Amino acid sequence: MRQLFEFRGGSFASKAGIAFVVVALLLLPFALTQVGTAWVRITNLAILFALLSLGLNIVVGFAGLLDLGYIAFYAVGAYVYALLASPHFGLALPFWIILPIGAFVACLFGVLLGAPTLKLRGDYLAIVTLGFGEIVRIFLNNLSQPLNLTNGPRGIARIEPVRIGGVDFRSTDTWFGFQVSGPMKYYYLLLVVLLVVIIINMRLEDSRIGRAWQAIREDELAAKAVGINTTHIKLLAFAMGASFGGIAGGIFSAIQGFISPESFVLVESIMVLAMVVLGGMGNIFGVIAGAVLLSFVPELLRYTVEPMQKSLFGKMIIEPEVIRMLLFGMALVLMMRFRPAGLWPSSARKRELGRRPE
Amino acid sequence: MSGTILEARSISKRFGGVRALNNVSLTIERGEIYGLIGPNGAGKTTLFNCLTGMYQANEGEFVFDGRRLNTEAPHAVAKQGIARTFQNIRLFSNMTALENVMVGRHLRTHAQVFGAIFRTQTTRTEEHAIVDRAHELLRYVGIESRANDIANQLSYGDQRRLEIARALATEPKLLALDEPAAGMNATETASLRKLIVALLQDGITVLLIEHDVKLVMGLCDRVAVLDYGEKIAEDVPIKVQRDPKVIEAYLGGTVG
Repeated sequence: MRQLFEFRGGSFASKAGIAFVVVALLLLPFALTQVGTAWVRITNLAILFALLSLGLNIVVGFAGLLDLGYIAFYAVGAYVYALLASPHFGLALPFWIILPIGAFVACLFGVLLGAPTLKLRGDYLAIVTLGFGEIVRIFLNNLSQPLNLTNGPRGIARIEPVRIGGVDFRSTDTWFGFQVSGPMKYYYLLLVVLLVVIIINMRLEDSRIGRAWQAIREDELAAKAVGINTTHIKLLAFAMGASFGGIAGGIFSAIQGFISPESFVLVESIMVLAMVVLGGMGNIFGVIAGAVLLSFVPELLRYTVEPMQKSLFGKMIIEPEVIRMLLFGMALVLMMRFRPAGLWPSSARKRELGRRPE
Repeated sequence: MSGTILEARSISKRFGGVRALNNVSLTIERGEIYGLIGPNGAGKTTLFNCLTGMYQANEGEFVFDGRRLNTEAPHAVAKQGIARTFQNIRLFSNMTALENVMVGRHLRTHAQVFGAIFRTQTTRTEEHAIVDRAHELLRYVGIESRANDIANQLSYGDQRRLEIARALATEPKLLALDEPAAGMNATETASLRKLIVALLQDGITVLLIEHDVKLVMGLCDRVAVLDYGEKIAEDVPIKVQRDPKVIEAYLGGTVG
């Protein structure tokens, strides 16, 4: 297990820095609760998006395949959880059984999507994945008859929360004199999952498979010529990315307690892709930064735009949602102009995107 | 260490109405340097691409190392022991020289997702072996000092060498070089020549497409000449040089 926490360069300063970050992350929910429990929920969603972005990063960042329907795997994971732990089928399996099932089913869907489409390249692949994302959503919307599998647009409600050893993640408990609310418990759970996913990502990147992904991204023909079975390796990227999406979806289900097809629309796919691109394709920490940034900014706007306009003009003129989209578009345009490889790009990506094409 | 390593049997390749290769047969002996020459557009690279699975020949087949060569996919060809380089260098240009060669080891190593995630003992041992072998190969082609440089920052000659090192990483029995001396200066060509001779001594058969006639004639054991998709000569260099058909193909119709 010593290998697990191997950090590059073990100077005192870097160790102290890491210790500081760890303590800050552990105390964060307590600080946020002072502002309002809503902020803990928002943070949880940000971590969920970070998980999603890390999954998509494998497909887009590592292997260089554009996927516009990634949210479908999130949906699959969410529905697997919902169906196995809600009154809909009268099941209540424990979450540590459901999450792997959700990851596996999402992985199957990844293969299902990948196998017939991975001969396509670039734009064509993007279009097919976009279609796939919509197909999954429409199926979820319509699979209420003849057999009521998904309960259609009404969604699935009363989904069981996570329970670990008698600890219910929906209720507030008092531990060592501290009030620990439901969202706070989920925060710690998500933090652990995020850490595991980061480690998996780092190890995949620095492995035989990761190098093959990068080789395909750089020059597919040359990759084939040195004996890489590109179809197989791309499929692996799709499957790995999809299973992370499935895990995130499962936790989403548990946190929300209610899901419906509306949560898995195209805009969500695009949002996750924007997080990956904005943060820095291929760089694990860049991608996380992108996810956190794009999750928090809209919420900050929600809390500032409305009061600001009310105090200035006495009424609301522009909806926060509109401003959010405006800023969002502007940020992406500016980024493409000034930092085409993302805020925090991977070194290889920087070299690829930084130079003008020859 | 003797006998036929590769036999091309009546290979034909058409692109629409154009016959790029017409009934080309040739045999390459184990342990020789076999040159493939011909004017531009004669079909040399097309033959290369058919051999390495980039194109599918319309007719004919290749027999490699006593077995029918599966040319359905490039990676299948590489697996059977044929590695190639490209006329216009195709490196993984934003990866380091070392990483390029490490990718070449993909074919002969086995770590899967599970091994990568859990860093099993087997995976770690294999990973060390990959790095060691990659350094070894860089040393072999003479660019070990550039191991950590980005591939596209290497000099032209070094990029050619790196491409050869990457091809060697797949443990080929036959190495197919597509115009390796193109664009090289005299010094670089001379050291390339040394490298090819060294390959041969290490038991690798070399198939060479080349425009540099001096290099081909001085280096190759046998030479085949292609013209308009057909083989017009196949012999030792000295005889090919005097073949009237070859002279005609290179210099145009007979004078007078």
